[in-house]
Amino acid sequence: MKAYKADLHIHTVLSPCADLDMSPVKIIEEAKRKGLGIIGITDHNSTKNCLVTQKLGAKHNIYVLLGIEINTCEEVHCLAFFPNEETMISFQDYIEAGIQKFPNDVNKFGHQIIVDAEENILGQEENLLIMSIDQGIEEIVQKVHELEGIVIPAHVNRQPNGLFYQLGVMPTDIDFDAIEIYPKPDVNTWLSNQPELKDYNLIQNSDAHDLQQIGKRFNLLYLNSLNFEEIATELKRRGEK
Amino acid sequence: MTVEELITKLDLRCICKADMSISVSGGYASDLLSDVIGNAKANNIWITLQTNKNVLAVADLKELAGIIFVKGLEPQAEVIEKAKEEGINLLVTNESTFDIAGKMYQLMAKVNESI
Repeated sequence: MKAYKADLHIHTVLSPCADLDMSPVKIIEEAKRKGLGIIGITDHNSTKNCLVTQKLGAKHNIYVLLGIEINTCEEVHCLAFFPNEETMISFQDYIEAGIQKFPNDVNKFGHQIIVDAEENILGQEENLLIMSIDQGIEEIVQKVHELEGIVIPAHVNRQPNGLFYQLGVMPTDIDFDAIEIYPKPDVNTWLSNQPELKDYNLIQNSDAHDLQQIGKRFNLLYLNSLNFEEIATELKRRGEK
Repeated sequence: MTVEELITKLDLRCICKADMSISVSGGYASDLLSDVIGNAKANNIWITLQTNKNVLAVADLKELAGIIFVKGLEPQAEVIEKAKEEGINLLVTNESTFDIAGKMYQLMAKVNESI
């Protein structure tokens, strides 16, 4: 068993709010520099820079999870990760069909760039990726699970877009795989008042929008081997912390 | 009805004064930013309890006449500073969304009747 430093919430240049520096090649370089063994690529409502990052990561011993940060119709942010390219593409199609269409304004929101391994621009996402999708939390959890992926509500205690702020309560009948919390100063007090979170695996990630933020927060995952199933099992671990 | 007149008639508190002469086209009450981006109209007054900095980008994008924060809620100082830079009217009411929207609706209806 080995311990891997994992930062599962990183944006690339595809997310409008991320720095133009956040190309797959620079992300991998930075992740390597910081000793991260596992990273998650989670752009807003899109997976189009995931595969290129995963392939680059493989050359540098960094396991890259194919992920996304979904903005549900309740405007709750949820991270989702997929076991392989096929399931990721399936979810990409699903998201594209469900997202509210609104043209991006690069001056107001930023660029949404799809890149290759050499930082060549392959295209730009025309629709604003930070819009919400038609589907709600319950539906996307079901969809991701159908694809054998995992869902982790993002920064649940943060306003805006944290589950607790958007919904007011933790849904008790939805089967999340883990919970991402945000390190506010009062987080421990807050947690002690949320009995529903007691058994969940609580993780913290960087939510990096620029290179410096990568690895700012990370988790230690103890794995026998480095693959999606093992990572998912470890993240889904309940009870003992 | 201008923003200035709205402030007086609805007894609003102004925390960021920009162009008060804008003629208000109507109102939009929503706390979901995507919804406002998708549906609000230019020169609408946006009524909301969301005070995070993203509201400014939305107001700017949609060319809203201003934002009314309800229930006495106010954004952080840095958000107000940014609104000053960007020229966005920020207003506050102690009333609830329902009450202030209702009052504004009635006010606008009277104005439209008299046209």
